[in-house]
Amino acid sequence: MAKTTKNTSWDLSPAPESTGHVTIDKRYDLFIDGKFVPPTTKKYFKTINPATEETLSEIALAGEKDVDKAVKAARKAYDTTWSKISAAERGKYIYRIARLLQERAREFAVIESLDGGKPIRESRDVDVPLAAAHFFYHAGWADKLDYAFANSSPTSIGVVGQIIPWNFPLLMAAWKIAPALACGNTVVLKPAETTSLTALKLAELIRDAGLPDGVVNIVTGAGDTGKALVNHPDINKIAFTGSTDVGKMIRRSLAGTSTRLTLELGGKAANIVFEDAAIDQAVEGIVNGIYFNQGHVCCAGSRLFVEESVADEVIRKLKHRMNNLIVGDPMDKNTDVGAINSKDQLLTIEKYLKAGEKDGYEMYQSQVAVPKKGYWCRPTLFTNVSQSSIISKEEIFGPVLAMQTFRTIDEVIDKANNTPYGLSAGVWTDKGSKIFNLTTRLKAGVVWANTFNKFDPTSPFGGYKESGFGREGGVHGLSAYLNLQG
Amino acid sequence: MANKKTTSPEGIAVMKTYKLFIGGAFPRTESGRFYPIRNSSDELIANVCLSSRKDFRNAVVAARKAQAGWEAKSAYNRSQIIYRIAEMLQQKEELFVKEMKDLGYTDINAKEEFSASVDYLVHFAGWCDKYVQVFSSVNPVASSHFNFSVPEPMGVVAAFASNKTALLGFLESFVPAICGGNTTIVLASEDLPTCAISMAEVLATSDVPGGTVNVLTGNRKELMSHFSSHMDVNGFVIWDAETAASIEIGESASENVKRVKFYESEDSAVLSPHRIMDLQEIKTTWHPIESISGSGSGY
Repeated sequence: MAKTTKNTSWDLSPAPESTGHVTIDKRYDLFIDGKFVPPTTKKYFKTINPATEETLSEIALAGEKDVDKAVKAARKAYDTTWSKISAAERGKYIYRIARLLQERAREFAVIESLDGGKPIRESRDVDVPLAAAHFFYHAGWADKLDYAFANSSPTSIGVVGQIIPWNFPLLMAAWKIAPALACGNTVVLKPAETTSLTALKLAELIRDAGLPDGVVNIVTGAGDTGKALVNHPDINKIAFTGSTDVGKMIRRSLAGTSTRLTLELGGKAANIVFEDAAIDQAVEGIVNGIYFNQGHVCCAGSRLFVEESVADEVIRKLKHRMNNLIVGDPMDKNTDVGAINSKDQLLTIEKYLKAGEKDGYEMYQSQVAVPKKGYWCRPTLFTNVSQSSIISKEEIFGPVLAMQTFRTIDEVIDKANNTPYGLSAGVWTDKGSKIFNLTTRLKAGVVWANTFNKFDPTSPFGGYKESGFGREGGVHGLSAYLNLQG
Repeated sequence: MANKKTTSPEGIAVMKTYKLFIGGAFPRTESGRFYPIRNSSDELIANVCLSSRKDFRNAVVAARKAQAGWEAKSAYNRSQIIYRIAEMLQQKEELFVKEMKDLGYTDINAKEEFSASVDYLVHFAGWCDKYVQVFSSVNPVASSHFNFSVPEPMGVVAAFASNKTALLGFLESFVPAICGGNTTIVLASEDLPTCAISMAEVLATSDVPGGTVNVLTGNRKELMSHFSSHMDVNGFVIWDAETAASIEIGESASENVKRVKFYESEDSAVLSPHRIMDLQEIKTTWHPIESISGSGSGY
């Protein structure tokens, strides 16, 4: 689109989600052995609403001693209760969690958007329902594992340490806790420091579900808390979702130990559009691929490859679509792109925008107003980007799309695979044989054909190469939480 | 080759030069170095190549080059090629038993290991076109999408073969990898390397494409950091590692998030498809299913 036509008469009136029904305590302690306990560090840190920069609550900072207490509680629970009860009973506890989460879905969605900045529409329609679905799906596996792993006599591993990121706080907690419990393990989970609230709310819910004390423990804090968890000698398995750099550090510190490890790390997904694709749908898919959750998505379609013959059309339609995305108040039900999760992350994204401009690539940002307070980044598109540019090599984790064009299938496959990452990829074409040619040759753990950014508890998720190892979800995800024979 | 003293009717026997196996060819080490293998009577069996970092890097290039083609072969074809390896091996019993005895095996142990090795190949040949079915799934997602997960090869897999056996351990270090479409670089047993090179000669006549299996001889300690830190190696299999080694390997393998598998030799080979799956990635593919009356949203 040559020029934006902002017809103000078409603007939507604000439709804010009410926060009245939701209670957030002034202060949250650690959840250890079934109780909320103050941290031995006596320290608390603030969690803020990134859309308003207002403080929402104070969160306990767990030190080494607290982590040790949590691991001991998890060990005791594993030895005395969780590994002793029948698998069917275990499953029933997890079903309870799923149901309680569905009942309190609205509350969780509101808190998720307040604390993390994501649009309420996404928390309400994606994060929370999927989290509940994860518990529900995995609950049923608890007493059926022998059928999933024939000839392998599956058994639980023990105490699992789990570290999750800030982009899908509750959903990642569910991805981690649900399969771990279903497979008979006990858990110490550390949420990301900017988004601890829904994990702590989940702790309340787990307590309400009557789970035996110590089966799930939540320790809050930043990198040092995570380090204490990773290096604790009585942990049997670490599951980490986060940046590739931290993942590599964890891998190094576990070298030579018998601690099992799964890593779900960064990505730089190729989203490939052929000339025979349904272009309007492809444009929707591009938008959904990179601007969903402000681009804070490890599997975001951040590298766009468009066949040369349709590049102009795609750019025109994409810019038009970008200009119709509503950026702003996450609590407004019309909002498409919410607040950047933290000031730090905003600075990181801005650093990449500058780098892209400095390298001489053409930058286009949607022409929409953003609020004065809070952390915001307009949907951004770089065109004619080279394969070797920083913005097409490094994970930005923001609403920034780097576009290249291509002429042949072999060329685009080479370009798409020429990255150390391999988490996801997208293909848009109306030709079935072309889809399968691409989906078999793209080196990525999840390939979306004529769709993007879809998730489901039954669908394994995880990467190739430096995007990590192990899968989460589906029957393949269970093996990460089991000892298998043979 | 302790047949040094053996004379044929025409005169002295011709001794075999034990070379490396890289990209389907048999080069000497570029380093020009060697180490001697002697039998229990201290007679020279062979001077084998003491491979260098550069030999390894050349082998990785060959393996990477061969990988896409090997993966693209039909599972049925890979199955037949691995069965063909068993056929080629079977007819060389005399050679391998003799080599194992030179390395200190008793006659009975050598024969047992030889036949276990043939059986191992036959077993895994059969898995090539079956493990994908056993470990794949169609996933009943809640939205209107067709969604399935299949195993795919990791790519290039390096391996340290066990130092405990001459032939079977060598096969265990790479056969599951190639069944699953990976290509490999194997460092043979340091003390018992001759059978591995003879096995490479079997591979060279078994329709295995050049570069699919590359064989080096040499010293584990010297090559360990190169194997574990190479940025174009996707997986690393180590048989019978010492703890100190597993720390060093784990640390440098983190550089490219290399998949590392440690195995301990057991009395008999483990015949399990999990050995194949240990070197696979799971890929999940989504595609919408048209559901005109179903849902409201278009995508």
